[in-house]
Amino acid sequence: MKALIHRVPRHGRDAGRQVSFRIRTRTLAVCLALAALLLVLAFLSLTAGRFDTGMTDVFNALSGQATGKTRMIILEWRLPRMLLAMLLGAALGLGGAIFQSLTRNPLGSPDIIGFAAGSHTGALVVLLLFSGGYYATAFGALGGGIVTALLVYLLAGTTGQQGFRLIVVGIGTSAMLSAFNAWLIQKADLEMAMGAAFWAAGSLNGLGFEQLRPATALFCLLCLPVAALARPLRQMELGDDAALASGVTVRRTRGLLMLLGVALTALATATAGPISFIALCAPQIARRLVGASSVGLFTPALTGAVLLVLADAAAQHAFGRQLPVGIMTISVGGLYLLWLLIREGRR
Amino acid sequence: MTDNQQSQLEAQSVTLGYGGHIVTCRDLTLAIPPGSFTVVVGPNACGKSTLLRAMARLLVPNEGQVVLNGQDINRLKTRDVARRLGLLPQTSTAPEGISVAELVVRGRYPHQSFLRQWSAADEEAVRSAIAATNIADFSDRPVDTLSGGQRQRAWVAMALAQETPILLLDEPTTFLDIAHQIDLMDLLERLNRQGRTIVAVLHDLNQAARYASHLVAMKDGKVIAEGHPGDVVTQEMVKAIFDITCVVIDDPVTGLPMVVPAKNAHAEP
Ligand SMILES: Nc1ncnc2c1ncn2[C@@H]1O[C@H](COP(=O)(O)OP(=O)(O)OP(=O)(O)O)[C@@H](O)[C@H]1O
Ligand SMILES: [Mg+2]
Repeated sequence: MKALIHRVPRHGRDAGRQVSFRIRTRTLAVCLALAALLLVLAFLSLTAGRFDTGMTDVFNALSGQATGKTRMIILEWRLPRMLLAMLLGAALGLGGAIFQSLTRNPLGSPDIIGFAAGSHTGALVVLLLFSGGYYATAFGALGGGIVTALLVYLLAGTTGQQGFRLIVVGIGTSAMLSAFNAWLIQKADLEMAMGAAFWAAGSLNGLGFEQLRPATALFCLLCLPVAALARPLRQMELGDDAALASGVTVRRTRGLLMLLGVALTALATATAGPISFIALCAPQIARRLVGASSVGLFTPALTGAVLLVLADAAAQHAFGRQLPVGIMTISVGGLYLLWLLIREGRR
Repeated sequence: MTDNQQSQLEAQSVTLGYGGHIVTCRDLTLAIPPGSFTVVVGPNACGKSTLLRAMARLLVPNEGQVVLNGQDINRLKTRDVARRLGLLPQTSTAPEGISVAELVVRGRYPHQSFLRQWSAADEEAVRSAIAATNIADFSDRPVDTLSGGQRQRAWVAMALAQETPILLLDEPTTFLDIAHQIDLMDLLERLNRQGRTIVAVLHDLNQAARYASHLVAMKDGKVIAEGHPGDVVTQEMVKAIFDITCVVIDDPVTGLPMVVPAKNAHAEP
């Protein structure tokens, strides 16, 4: 695969098309492979669980031939959870890809720049101070995340090394909010604190079609403007000056994309609690797979879906007992972040 | 593209600065003669890049306006401007890992849309930009692995691929060896003859005098002199702008003025 990229062109003839064509074929191959992997994983995750169900049971259930308990377990418990993992994984991957493109930095994910901590604060406030239910908590998370993102954006200012400042300000804000969150939990009574801790772990446990439907609708709604802005986003990777000179309305596009990126992340956080590191890792993994500087947005979304389905399967089955998927992603992703920080530090 | 009426660019009493309080140029007026090869010279930090950025609507004037074809450039749709006016910024950083050809392809942005992503015209523009800047040999390599001069040519190719009637270039010859400098200046001259308006910031006065049809000398954010190089490049003018003593002789090849600095030309008084 690598050799393809470095092949010497026929003296510039069709070089542009050759390159874009080659990238497109490789991206296509990667996407197909990822989609196949996703299907296999999805299928396997439908078979796995405490109740013994085999391949045939899953086939039967999906084709509407299963009955009773098998049908209920596969179609009503496992299927929506698996679909949610796909959807939220895709949303996180997409949100991360948008932020990393905008900041031109592999650290520029919503987790790092304060969004995660902000939505945690929002959820805690609703949970602890107003004893809110599922939807109230979701809205709290949404509000907290958006307010924090706006704050970070304004504090980072609009001049100079935008991307880098955004990250630095974000990390600082995250730290402050985390301290505040810890204080909130300490102040709360035990039972409420337990509930809050459960939410904060990030889990798909117990979620079903009731959550899947609105999440899907919102995701599709958000994808439309994102698709329309994918081209200007790619152009903005050249830097503000070059992008503006080639006709991108940089400020407006950046504002819109930030909003969309935040909304996509918020969608996942509001539904399942904070699931960290998918947004950070998915775009980078996609980029290594595709081997191009610009991976677009579809591959990271697909990668995110694969990662979350995988992580959720591991969280459910790998340790003999159910763990929140957020714990899985945070432990694996934490190692990745460490590696990334060391690498960035060396440059 | 050859229609001169179509490519009128003018800064009208603009005051330019950064962040409200830093003022770089005050009440500056400069009209780029349509179809000209305009070269801007001046000492470091005198505001050449600032002016060029304002003329390319990258910087909004605090006062006054930049006018493109009779309309305030900041009121025009930025995409329409990008089809008429291209800019090579003084410094740019390519995204990590992007290949030269990909970079050049990005120059086609204003000519493409969501529905029309790649056309024969794009193909042709990219091909000829790569050929004109002589970068075909390494068009598949990542930009961040190139030498300074190779990288500079890749960015020039991207600006060329945009195929705009007006092309602004901020120090296009930096990093280039003498042969590539001449190649590039000759290329710009050819493009100019084909009808494009070229505006370039240069530091080499002799090169400026040789290629410019219209020379603009700046100092401290003001235009000190402009006109034909033969009129602008004089001993007094060089002294006034750069504070160096020199002799101006006739270039034996072109007959245009040529600056030869005196010994200890920039001696402290
Ligand atoms: N982004 C910025 N923020 C603040 N001040 C700036 C900025 N860019 C330039 N300046 C200031 O504006 C003045 C003019 O800078 P400009 O880049 O236009 O100079 P120049 O004539 O292009 O110089 P050079 O020959 O070194 O490229 C300088 O004093 C510079 O410090
Ligand atoms: Mg400059």
